[in-house]
Amino acid sequence: MDLYADNDELFAKLKEGNPGYDVIVPTNDYVERMLTANMLEPLDHSQIPNMANLDKPFQDAAFDPGRKHSVPYMWGTICVGWRKSKVDGTPDSWKVLYDDDKHAGKMSLLGDAQNVIGHALKYLGMSLNSKDPAEVKKAEELIIAQKKNIKVFADDNGQDLLASGEVDICQEWNGDILQVMEEDKDIGLVVPKEGGLLWQDCLCIPKGAPHPMNAHAFLNFILDGEVGAKIGEFINYATPNAAAKKHASKEYLSNTSIFPSDDIIAKCESAVYLGEDATRLYDEAWTRIQAA
Amino acid sequence: METWKQSKAVFWTLATPGTLWLAIFFVAPLAIIWGLSFAEKTSIVDTEITGTLSNYIRALGTPVYLKIIWKSIWISALATLMCLIIAFPIAFVVAFAPDKWKPILLMAVILPFWINLLIRTYALISVFRTRGFVNFGLEWLWDGANSILAFIGLGPAVLGAFEPLQMLYNNFAVIAGLVYVYMPFMVLPLYATIERLDKSFLEASLDLGASQARTFWSVVFPLTMPGIVSGIILVFIPCLGSFLTPDLLGGTNATMIGNVIERQFKAANDWPFGAALSFLLMYATFGALALRSLFAGRKSGMEV
Repeated sequence: MDLYADNDELFAKLKEGNPGYDVIVPTNDYVERMLTANMLEPLDHSQIPNMANLDKPFQDAAFDPGRKHSVPYMWGTICVGWRKSKVDGTPDSWKVLYDDDKHAGKMSLLGDAQNVIGHALKYLGMSLNSKDPAEVKKAEELIIAQKKNIKVFADDNGQDLLASGEVDICQEWNGDILQVMEEDKDIGLVVPKEGGLLWQDCLCIPKGAPHPMNAHAFLNFILDGEVGAKIGEFINYATPNAAAKKHASKEYLSNTSIFPSDDIIAKCESAVYLGEDATRLYDEAWTRIQAA
Repeated sequence: METWKQSKAVFWTLATPGTLWLAIFFVAPLAIIWGLSFAEKTSIVDTEITGTLSNYIRALGTPVYLKIIWKSIWISALATLMCLIIAFPIAFVVAFAPDKWKPILLMAVILPFWINLLIRTYALISVFRTRGFVNFGLEWLWDGANSILAFIGLGPAVLGAFEPLQMLYNNFAVIAGLVYVYMPFMVLPLYATIERLDKSFLEASLDLGASQARTFWSVVFPLTMPGIVSGIILVFIPCLGSFLTPDLLGGTNATMIGNVIERQFKAANDWPFGAALSFLLMYATFGALALRSLFAGRKSGMEV
């Protein structure tokens, strides 16, 4: 087994040929990116009978029609984590992080172009997946203006900053905040009313996998109801597995930090692969944001 | 006298492993990256070497990249200068220490290498952060001072409550991190030259009436110049390419050129542009080294 820091690293590794992986776990937009790059092996659904266990919305996916190349593993959102004793009320709008100086110097945003710019777009009422240079420019200006109030663009360690008191509000993946919430009751989590990113980590078999039979068997095992329930409860992420929900505890299923309400989810968006030109658009905006 | 020309077999046996190593792990990868810097992206995974200069034009023609390169240069220069100022006394102490202490002192300089760079950088976070060890220490002193002042009758909490210093997520943290990580690379070459320095020169200078400061600037400093120059090269170049330190310790505008390059190979998926940026740094470094050898050559010519 290999660990990778992020989807980009996984993509860079596979770009030069499969180094011997049987199963990989990319996020939805990277599944799309890898499909474009022809990196994924089609799945043999007859070898994965437990696919029937999936919740209806997860049986199919826009980024992978017919689920021909991926099965969902866990899903979640990007949210706002905050320290209850330092913040008045619930910071249930992206305004608090993107357009407000009340917590100047005590806030962190994520550390990658697409999420930081994407949620600025969301706050401005546009799509998280905008490819319009004028809209991205507006988001860029918003972030540059707010930069003086932001302490750090935290590369996936916002929860540690929050837990250690370095910041009072942060933008993070919901599961990361949930992990520190277990140890610190003063920390809260909310998906802002404008909605945020809805992500889905998927299990896929890369082209050139040395043991495709075993890989299918593993995918089937993960989709087993009891197994799915145990994993979900352990890592505090939402399972897409209907059978797993039957085995899971009430406490896990009724936790709105894990399973946000339906009307919030309706406002969230999944990231789609924007194409290479838009990737460059975002990267250049991000470079300007960092240098400003 | 025997030269390598008379025993070619021995020469080649000894030279082959090193040459192969350099060819496979240094020349070949660099050549690939160099080729990529003249390439264009044709699809999400493919690039084609077309001999285009567009990557270089994009890098040099967009002010933001030059701005970041300039920032990287001054951050690295400042870190190198700090390294030099701090490392000189350390190297001096080690070089003049009694023989039985030397190995232990040298070991202390090299010891941090036993721990991975990433771990050491994370350790710095817990030292510098708002509720980190430095602030805990300062708070303890502050409270101590407050209670002493209260004790001598100036009333309670004269100094007010302690305000933690913000040492993390700014340029200070980046420079401190770089100095901490690259310090041994400065100490070791300095130590090597100071160790070889003929101590009788120092005695002669002092005997002839020069002050300690004069002796340092007119005798020690010129004689240890080779060590200083190699130290500067060994520290400045890796600082220039660093991306981990600004990433972990820097604030919202800490980006150095290394971070931009890293992103081109990952999130931006633009290897040709990343390659061009890398090679811009390489050209600059080679240029500086060439200037240096030109300068050194002329100087030694004068001294003869």
